[in-house]
Amino acid sequence: MMAGVAALLWGVAGLLGTTVLAMAISRRTFATRLVYSATLALCFVMFAVAALHLLGGNADDSKLTLPLGLPWIGAHFRLDALAAFFLIVVNFGGAAASLYGLGYGRHEAAPHRVLPFFAAFLAGMNLVVLASDAFSFLLSWEFMSLASWALVIAHHREPSHTRAGFIYLVMASAGTFALLLAFALLAGPAGTYAFSAIRATQPTPLVEAVVLGLMLVGAGSKAGLVPLHVWLPLAHPAAPSHVSALMSGVMTKVAVYAFIRVVFDLMGHPTWWASLVVLFLGALSAVLGILHAMMENDLKRLLAYSTIENIGIIFVSLGLAMAFKANGMPLAAALSLTAALFHILNHSFFKSLLFFGAGAVLTTTGERNMEKLGGLIHRMPLTSFVFLAGCVAISALPPFNGFASEWLTFQAILLSPELHQWGLKVMVPAVGGLLALSAALAVATFVKAFGITFLGRPRSPAAEGAHEVDRFSLTAMLILAVLCLLTGILPGLVIDALSPVTTALIGSRMPVQLAQPWLTTVPIAESRSSYNGLLVFLFITMSASLAVFVIHKLASRAVRRGPAWGCGFPDITPVAQYTGTSFAEPIRRVLGTFAFRARESVEMPPPGSLEPARLRVEMHDLIWEALYQPLVGAVEYATTKLNYLQFLTIRRYLTLVFGYLVFLLLVLAIWP
Amino acid sequence: MALTLALLIQGAQMLLVLALAPLLTGFLRKVKARLLRRQGPSLLQPYRDLLRLLRKEVVLADNASWLFRVTPYLVFAATWVAAALIPTFATGLAFSWTADLIAIVALLGSARFFLALSGLDVGTSFGGIGSSREVMIASLAEPAMLLIAFSLALVAGSTQLSTVAAYMASPDVGLRVSLGMSLIALVMVAIAENARVPVDNPATHLELTMIHEAMILEYSGRHLAMIELATFLKLLLYMSLISCLFVPWGLAQPGDWAGAYAVGAMTYIAKLGVGGVLLALFETSIAKMRVFRVPNFLGAALMLALLATLILFVARSI
Repeated sequence: MMAGVAALLWGVAGLLGTTVLAMAISRRTFATRLVYSATLALCFVMFAVAALHLLGGNADDSKLTLPLGLPWIGAHFRLDALAAFFLIVVNFGGAAASLYGLGYGRHEAAPHRVLPFFAAFLAGMNLVVLASDAFSFLLSWEFMSLASWALVIAHHREPSHTRAGFIYLVMASAGTFALLLAFALLAGPAGTYAFSAIRATQPTPLVEAVVLGLMLVGAGSKAGLVPLHVWLPLAHPAAPSHVSALMSGVMTKVAVYAFIRVVFDLMGHPTWWASLVVLFLGALSAVLGILHAMMENDLKRLLAYSTIENIGIIFVSLGLAMAFKANGMPLAAALSLTAALFHILNHSFFKSLLFFGAGAVLTTTGERNMEKLGGLIHRMPLTSFVFLAGCVAISALPPFNGFASEWLTFQAILLSPELHQWGLKVMVPAVGGLLALSAALAVATFVKAFGITFLGRPRSPAAEGAHEVDRFSLTAMLILAVLCLLTGILPGLVIDALSPVTTALIGSRMPVQLAQPWLTTVPIAESRSSYNGLLVFLFITMSASLAVFVIHKLASRAVRRGPAWGCGFPDITPVAQYTGTSFAEPIRRVLGTFAFRARESVEMPPPGSLEPARLRVEMHDLIWEALYQPLVGAVEYATTKLNYLQFLTIRRYLTLVFGYLVFLLLVLAIWP
Repeated sequence: MALTLALLIQGAQMLLVLALAPLLTGFLRKVKARLLRRQGPSLLQPYRDLLRLLRKEVVLADNASWLFRVTPYLVFAATWVAAALIPTFATGLAFSWTADLIAIVALLGSARFFLALSGLDVGTSFGGIGSSREVMIASLAEPAMLLIAFSLALVAGSTQLSTVAAYMASPDVGLRVSLGMSLIALVMVAIAENARVPVDNPATHLELTMIHEAMILEYSGRHLAMIELATFLKLLLYMSLISCLFVPWGLAQPGDWAGAYAVGAMTYIAKLGVGGVLLALFETSIAKMRVFRVPNFLGAALMLALLATLILFVARSI
């Protein structure tokens, strides 16, 4: 059985061919349309192949070895249930981004900086998921990183973008370095690069611990796990919006894939304390990510920070799955892993949708700063409608999909008192509390994101002159919004589709959801709970329509327009409206004083002066200051000191070389 | 037959909460007025207010969007569905399995999400101040509420409200420290969620002290009626929740004879009465606190709920 993987590799070859083609023709006018049409078609076909593999009940994996890469080893590719699921996420996101790009790409000032790398980026992500040996995996990973880096600095004339590109490059190199070490340890002294061989050997506990740490650094930095997230809110917004959607919605998921592949598949036997670390980092990312997002006024950066939150939620579910698996509770582990995978799918839907929406706003107004927007709901009715759907979904509100996956995570948390270890017993409720806090803060954040950007009165001439975007962009957003609702009201379909993945990794699965009456979602028998998104949706629709019908029929339907009331004190100018900063003020005062050491000071002019009073807000990114600044300082100190070595005389160089040689020989002599 | 009966009870319950909700608020206002030695408006005043509002025309601000017009109905629908899923006089409701306690909390979250957005829609400062403070309070009250749901679920072994209520009514619950903590936390959250004194004052007309009222300042006519009705429903919802979880006596169980349902309905109304008197007593004896003292209040609720959950996690192994 190799048809699946062969078809996918042909698709990758097609994407790489598109890259070459795009390089050749990128300055022509038709290039944009041609390249995005090609990637759309290729991604759609690859999506279909992966979906057929996952849904077709194909138990055998599809394998292929190509005589590429390292001699005598070759490049191994394999399509199993886990890979198929992630290929669905990658290629669906890719297809949506291509469709959006058909319209959005027309406004691109420098298409030759975007088009080739866009196709290459898609090819890289597909290859990472398909790779089945350490060498091809790392090569594809690096290819994916470099292609996305090129896209981040596509608009390199803006100084903030070059800085973002630099930080991304440094973090990506560090991450790949950690992955390299992790795979080297897994390969062992015999150098077994193929995943099948790695899977067969059981690493020692020490190796397992080190590999887990390295994976958390390598995959975690790409996924945006706190404290390795610093590049993400800089790099994701810098790229063109459909690429931001891919980076946030899809590439972070590829990183999660790497983590799942190594921890659940290649090593296979997680220890309980490892789950403790994952749970802690996940919860920390969730809360810090969303708090940062709440404070942010740049729409795309807000979305990027919220990605960190969602990655945190996913890692919490993964940590729970590890804990349950370590304690021999396969059903609960399957529930947690399903929750994680479901949230991965959901996040790829709504985060792509939101980035597309932000891109639409950016195209028509040229603004990312929410403080300069407002009132767009009148000027971009469709965009604002689908953006609202995305906001509801990401805020985990029923009946949309974000709630369904978070509900599963909460159900998994409620099963964890059965865990044996005290560390987990204390940690899990705290993590649950933090997750609940981040869910509540997400609501606040997306009220701000939608309310300040789309509601109210326009705060600048650019927002005043906004208009609706093209049909391609709208179609892409509409499809995603519909999917957010559909997966929310029919979560059972997704959960059933995910069962081959959990069966392969855990050896257990959630109960068949489609067999439940009324398509109700039930976690597992032990939790004795259920949720039915479809009925909740129907009930809300019915009671709202009933209320509308009765009132309009029996009471009044008269409407009169007039100036806003505002307690008889209307604000004359739109500048006096609530802004993003003022909206975040209460939460900044409550939680920000602790999380960001936020301080406010009011500078009052002297009496009689006509100058305005000023409010100054000071906030600190504590992780940057505590972790990265000392590191940067140390590197700078070391380079300044070592700089001295550059200007020595030849005698001193010779002495130095001689001394070093003696030192090495001594080490060799002493080494046992 | 059993299904028809279950559907009938569900329908009766949906109408009952809708019919009783304004009465509860009217009763509360009456008791508060009597405690202040005022005569107070009639018990039926909230019904009259609603009818009057429904008959009036809506005055919309010039730049109000479609969201502003849809929100009242969405808020009402979400609150009504949530209220209908909480056992009032009988457990084993026909649709109790559609949404558990977590989903009910999230449904109320949806209602608040749209209400907060509509506060920002017209673009006045009062709407903004109301919305931003409302989400601040919610961002602390909602996690506390979820932790309370966790602690109850750990005791009863399910997040399904009917199951939890049936378990709470059974003799094997006993007195538990964690349940006491959850009760206190739940009451604190309920006060905050319903914008009652000391967190917010539902009767205030001083703009800068308003939270909930500032958010809905621009609403009029039938839209305002819907939001007011949703507010009444929410108060009733929290009272039913507290009573079905912590004083579940008298709840009719599935399979009981008709008389048990009558008893259930009577005890339910009696419980609401007691709850209303207690709330009125509490509200008249305490002053409203400053907005930035509220986080301390809710932080205490959050910590209590967390402690209750933690105790249950740890106690499971002993």
